[in-house]
Amino acid sequence: MIPLQWLIGICVVVGAVCALWRARRWFRGQPAKVDFVRGLMRYPRSYFVDLHHIVARDPYTARMHMMVAGGFTAALLLTLAVHLFNIDSRVLAWLLLVFLALMGVGAAFVAMRRSPKRARLSAGGFSRLPWSLFAFAAAFFLATLPKAGLVASFAALSVPGIVVLLLAAWGCAEMVAFLPLGPMKHSFAGAMHLICHPRFARLGAARPDSGLKPLDLSAPKLGVETPADFKWNQLLGFDACVQCGRCEVVCPAFAAELPLNPKKLIQDLARAVDPGGNDLAYAGSSYPGRSVGHAHGGPSQPIIGDGAMIHPDTLWSCTTCRACVQECPMMIEHVDAIIDLRRFQALEKGAVPGKAPLVLAELRATDTQSGAALASRLDWAADLSLPLISTKGECDVLLWLGEGAFDLRNQRTLRALVRLMRHAKIDFAVLGEEELDTGDLARRLGDEATFQDLAKRNAATLAKYRFRRIVTADPHVFHSLRNEYPAFGARHEVLHHTMLLDELMTNGALPKTKAQPTKTTYHDPCYLGRYNGEIRAPRAILDAIGVERVEMERSGMRSMCCGGGGGAPVTDIAGKKRIPDVRMEQARETGAAVVAVACPNCAVMLEGVVGPRPEIFDVAELLLQAVEAA
Amino acid sequence: MAIDVAVLVSVGRHPVSGRARRADADARAVELALSIAGANVRLIHAGDPGEPALRDYLGMGANTMTVLRMAPEADPVLPLSAHLSSMRPQIVLMGTRAEGGEDSGLVPYLVAQALEVPLVPGIVSLSLAGERAEMLQGLPRGRRRSLAASLPLVATVPVMAPAPRMSAFGLARRGTIEVKDVTAAADEARAAWTEGPARRRPKRIKVMKAASAADRVRAVTEMAAGKGKVLQNLPPDEAAKAIFDYLVAEGIVQAKP
Repeated sequence: MIPLQWLIGICVVVGAVCALWRARRWFRGQPAKVDFVRGLMRYPRSYFVDLHHIVARDPYTARMHMMVAGGFTAALLLTLAVHLFNIDSRVLAWLLLVFLALMGVGAAFVAMRRSPKRARLSAGGFSRLPWSLFAFAAAFFLATLPKAGLVASFAALSVPGIVVLLLAAWGCAEMVAFLPLGPMKHSFAGAMHLICHPRFARLGAARPDSGLKPLDLSAPKLGVETPADFKWNQLLGFDACVQCGRCEVVCPAFAAELPLNPKKLIQDLARAVDPGGNDLAYAGSSYPGRSVGHAHGGPSQPIIGDGAMIHPDTLWSCTTCRACVQECPMMIEHVDAIIDLRRFQALEKGAVPGKAPLVLAELRATDTQSGAALASRLDWAADLSLPLISTKGECDVLLWLGEGAFDLRNQRTLRALVRLMRHAKIDFAVLGEEELDTGDLARRLGDEATFQDLAKRNAATLAKYRFRRIVTADPHVFHSLRNEYPAFGARHEVLHHTMLLDELMTNGALPKTKAQPTKTTYHDPCYLGRYNGEIRAPRAILDAIGVERVEMERSGMRSMCCGGGGGAPVTDIAGKKRIPDVRMEQARETGAAVVAVACPNCAVMLEGVVGPRPEIFDVAELLLQAVEAA
Repeated sequence: MAIDVAVLVSVGRHPVSGRARRADADARAVELALSIAGANVRLIHAGDPGEPALRDYLGMGANTMTVLRMAPEADPVLPLSAHLSSMRPQIVLMGTRAEGGEDSGLVPYLVAQALEVPLVPGIVSLSLAGERAEMLQGLPRGRRRSLAASLPLVATVPVMAPAPRMSAFGLARRGTIEVKDVTAAADEARAAWTEGPARRRPKRIKVMKAASAADRVRAVTEMAAGKGKVLQNLPPDEAAKAIFDYLVAEGIVQAKP
């Protein structure tokens, strides 16, 4: 069949040209260090292990994708062999039939997944995709039957010949020729993205690679203003989006109807790279409260602005909880992109909304978020006579108090922690006046200059003293010190207080506890769970004190944010609901009488929920109650 | 036509940490200047050009600042007046008082006197109407008074004016400081002082003779008696009309013919 051969040949050539055409737009970005060989060598593991683990959280989709992608990839190679190069082999033809059948079944699964229509799945080109898959499979199935010796061969100009040619033209157009431009571009860009991933260390890592990279503050332009300011492999990442909407489902801002949808954000970023870019072709859910069709951009036009590609409210709605990053099967780094954009807004425009400018000014002037005097950090502990490391010189545990020391609610947690450490006879000390804010909040708000200033000064303070490890009750401090301070020379062992308390219970350093049979659910802080992978220790403590532990629908690494991260409480973008209310509703559904928390922000956000609700206690408070009841 | 707006800025001091920063009222004056449509904003400081806190003002969006170099303790009135007389800006803005030094709030009056132009104290907004400036003056308890004056003028901006924008690190870093050497008289009186933190004065406790919480709230929030009238149980339309008429009568909004 000569016409079919020509069709395949032309489609392969057009496909290659389209791929280059598409790749051209990635190179509008900034250069990035990419180890292409290492990426290529690791690709099978990145794809079949790392990526598969994420896809497999939705078993239906995983099976569907295995059939379609596996069937198609094998079928395409065999098609080239059998139909383009005309290798006459019954075995190959039979194999091809098997894979095409697999692909056809997969296509049926794709169609079933989209029926009835689901809000999280984009329409547009994706609605056509199951039929295109089916056309490809059907065309070559029919064309291969004669080669497998099942039917007599038919002429190109016969009725079956023309049917085959038309179906093949449709299938090949979508699946080969215009693959890099249509809904199938996720396969091509996705593979390239895995090879050139901007956070390559994330692949196969034991715990999440979540620390932000320091920004060079002497660069001529700070942060990302236009699409061309992103690294080229970040642009590649945006192009890899398959619009499956998993991010949309887990995003706390989207759930509370704040004007953010991670899927649309990534789509807008991908579309902004084209001159005259707009969102008219986007066929998924929009940002809540904003309709599709108002975005305009281009490779060297500002991304953020009223009437630009992305509205500032969208940028500042993010709580940096990383739920989208955790769920994304294409391993796109949404939060990195948001921080890059925020850095430009904060450092070059000074355009940070709400009360955030005030908080940042206080951080610069007083080294605390609340504008309190550093000398007052120990006021809440006047009766506890906490030992200062400046007088002791060295200790086993350096207790980092954090901003919670200025807040009445969290002083209760710190008191419980101190008493537990005294029960366990830990040799600990505090920095007192020498402790500055870690700068975590400034960094999430894009004010890298304030963060780096605080980080350098804190690192210098820590270098003066001898201690074995740092313990903190604040997961934001924990993340900052553990994952982001090493870049500033502060390499220390850092523990979250639940990790220390769990260790103390395991090695018997704490006295016996009395069982507390209250029905309790544990709310994972994002910066402890998703950012650091620690979901075991707090649960181990709760189990050890004998509470009746129930889990919320979303827990562990897939927990939902309380709304207190990323500076969201100070930028305060309005939504229809409040994120903590949405989260508390999930806690109420478990019927628990107590929500255990392990983060000062979560405690404050969840306690701010009005109406009848479970009590909020930090894990340390619950443990102290159990110890003192015995 | 672009008009020249000069903003006199000083080095402030944070009330808690004592660290140098942009002075709050001066930063609000810069904010107000930047909000005037078509204004050509010039920042002027008399003191040490090497003071890092000055960059906080540049970070608000003005590209340059002129610093009249003199000892920070010296009296800035004469150098500032001399510089402004040669520059002849139509509007001179500054905070009502500095955060450090004498804090008398007299500099604007002395500068206005030297320039022989009127001074409008405590404005919270300013817009231009031809050769005149229309302003809102901030009064205690949220009251506002609308004023108009012909240019040129000197105006002071209190801390009740709209909050200043954030100082952007990149803009602050790129802004340029032009230095002009001046001679300033040493402030001899000041040299003899010793500075220390202010102590809060004891406050007379006001005994409230109130029967209910509502009365106590009213006692705290009520304006001085005798003015205005109490309208109760009005339909919303009439209530809105009454408020609107009041705003028109006070000249805060203009009634459309």
